[in-house]
Amino acid sequence: MSLISPWRADFPALDALERQGQIYLDSAATAQKPQALIDALAHYYANGAANVHRAQHLPGAMATQAFEDTRHKVAEWLHADSCGQVVFTHGATSAFNLLAYGLEHLFQPGDEIVISALEHHANLLPWQQLAARRYLKLVVLALTPDGVIDVDAAAHLITARTRLLAVSQLSNVLGTWQPVGQLVALAKAQGALTVIDGAQGVVHGRHDVQALGCDFYVFSSHKLYGPDGVGVVFGRHQALAQLRHWQFGGEMVLQAGYHEATFRPAPLGFEAGTPPVSGVIGLGATLDYLNDVNQVAAAEHEARLHELLCAGLMLREGVQLVGRPQVALASFVVEGVHNADLAHLLTEQGIAVRAGHHCAIPLISSLGLSGAIRVSLGLYNDSEDLQRFFNALDQALELLR
Amino acid sequence: MSLPSDAQTALDTFDASLGWEQRARLLMQWGERLPSVADDEKVDEHLVDGCESKVWLLGNLEEGRWQFRAASDARLIRGLVALLLARVNGLSTQELQQVDLPDWFNQLGLSRQLSPSRSNGLNAVLQKMRGMADS
Repeated sequence: MSLISPWRADFPALDALERQGQIYLDSAATAQKPQALIDALAHYYANGAANVHRAQHLPGAMATQAFEDTRHKVAEWLHADSCGQVVFTHGATSAFNLLAYGLEHLFQPGDEIVISALEHHANLLPWQQLAARRYLKLVVLALTPDGVIDVDAAAHLITARTRLLAVSQLSNVLGTWQPVGQLVALAKAQGALTVIDGAQGVVHGRHDVQALGCDFYVFSSHKLYGPDGVGVVFGRHQALAQLRHWQFGGEMVLQAGYHEATFRPAPLGFEAGTPPVSGVIGLGATLDYLNDVNQVAAAEHEARLHELLCAGLMLREGVQLVGRPQVALASFVVEGVHNADLAHLLTEQGIAVRAGHHCAIPLISSLGLSGAIRVSLGLYNDSEDLQRFFNALDQALELLR
Repeated sequence: MSLPSDAQTALDTFDASLGWEQRARLLMQWGERLPSVADDEKVDEHLVDGCESKVWLLGNLEEGRWQFRAASDARLIRGLVALLLARVNGLSTQELQQVDLPDWFNQLGLSRQLSPSRSNGLNAVLQKMRGMADS
């Protein structure tokens, strides 16, 4: 039975890729963009670009209005209500670095930062390096065999020494939802700050940062069908108040002399220099588009595609899924076949999947793998895409065996 | 400068008009022709950094002529490296520094294998080889 995405036509690149003989199954790396976003970017550039928050002229006022509208839309997307603020950065990686540098003053030697074994490098290396700068202990939460952070074990590792917890909501390698609500509760009970990496999670389903209870929630626009170059940090008011200014420059300043300066509070105090104005406006248009997508229907479509993907992989001899993926993506290896060979032959057949370590080398190594192939899905994929992938996989395996 | 005979064979065999399956089969066949590397030579010193698969590359100057040997745990990169060695083995240092290797792969219809987004390691092998020739 075929599954047709009713949203595919909203993403012009899918047609263009098809004309180039490419099947796009790498949305977890970056997603294709809806026409609504492309129109918004073209409109902004064609009708008068302007810098935000500084000019009194009309183009400046309009750009600022559209920029700030997006801030509201993001807060609404995360159900933030009035419990916190949205800060724009230049990407999720910038966002984690902002937090790791801006919160550094809170740590004393011997304090502990808790992460998990499945973190993307973006939510690992900033904390690892902070730990090295401040002589902190980085505690790594273990996973169950299914690829989910072990909450029982975590309960013993999150202690009074824990000053901060930073965990991913949805694994970019394993495709497993993580028990972030429970982990946040454990950390809060110890008075620790909590950071959720929503880079993958935010794309699949609507989340509620108030219910999650986290202090910070980070994601990047480009995985959520928005422009690249834009990251988002949602922070609770009390948590943002503890964040020190990190990058200095234009517009984040209140008063400046040659030898001293005072700075703005959140959000503008953390948006030094010209922000990605067009990107933020584009993200706003993307959120408008996504708000018009029937979320129930989209989740159901994605779930059925994912089921097809996992079932098809498991059907094939020698194919081993990495963990037990629940949504959005599946990583796999094939017994006796090198990932690099398989990736080479899938590429030759126009299948755009990701091969390698997926920016999570410690996780891949701890699973005893040198890499894996990851197939990831977007709103716009059809079952036909998966059929093409499976045909290519079969051909590649036949050749390699 | 005439081509080494292996290189001429490669040119006669590979062609941009080949289908992907034929090309893959040929690459795997060429991979089997790689001069062997003993297990105790597969050490970090000879490992090429920046490859998705492991590639070991060793080179010696014999009477002023380069002789490279290589190994890999992946089959298609073995074939690509074999095609590279077919072009460079027997060259003097000066010739090795001058040979246009991207053009070589272009002539074989394999230029896409050298694109910067490819992490198959062919670029890294080329770089390591140049480093050896320059030192």
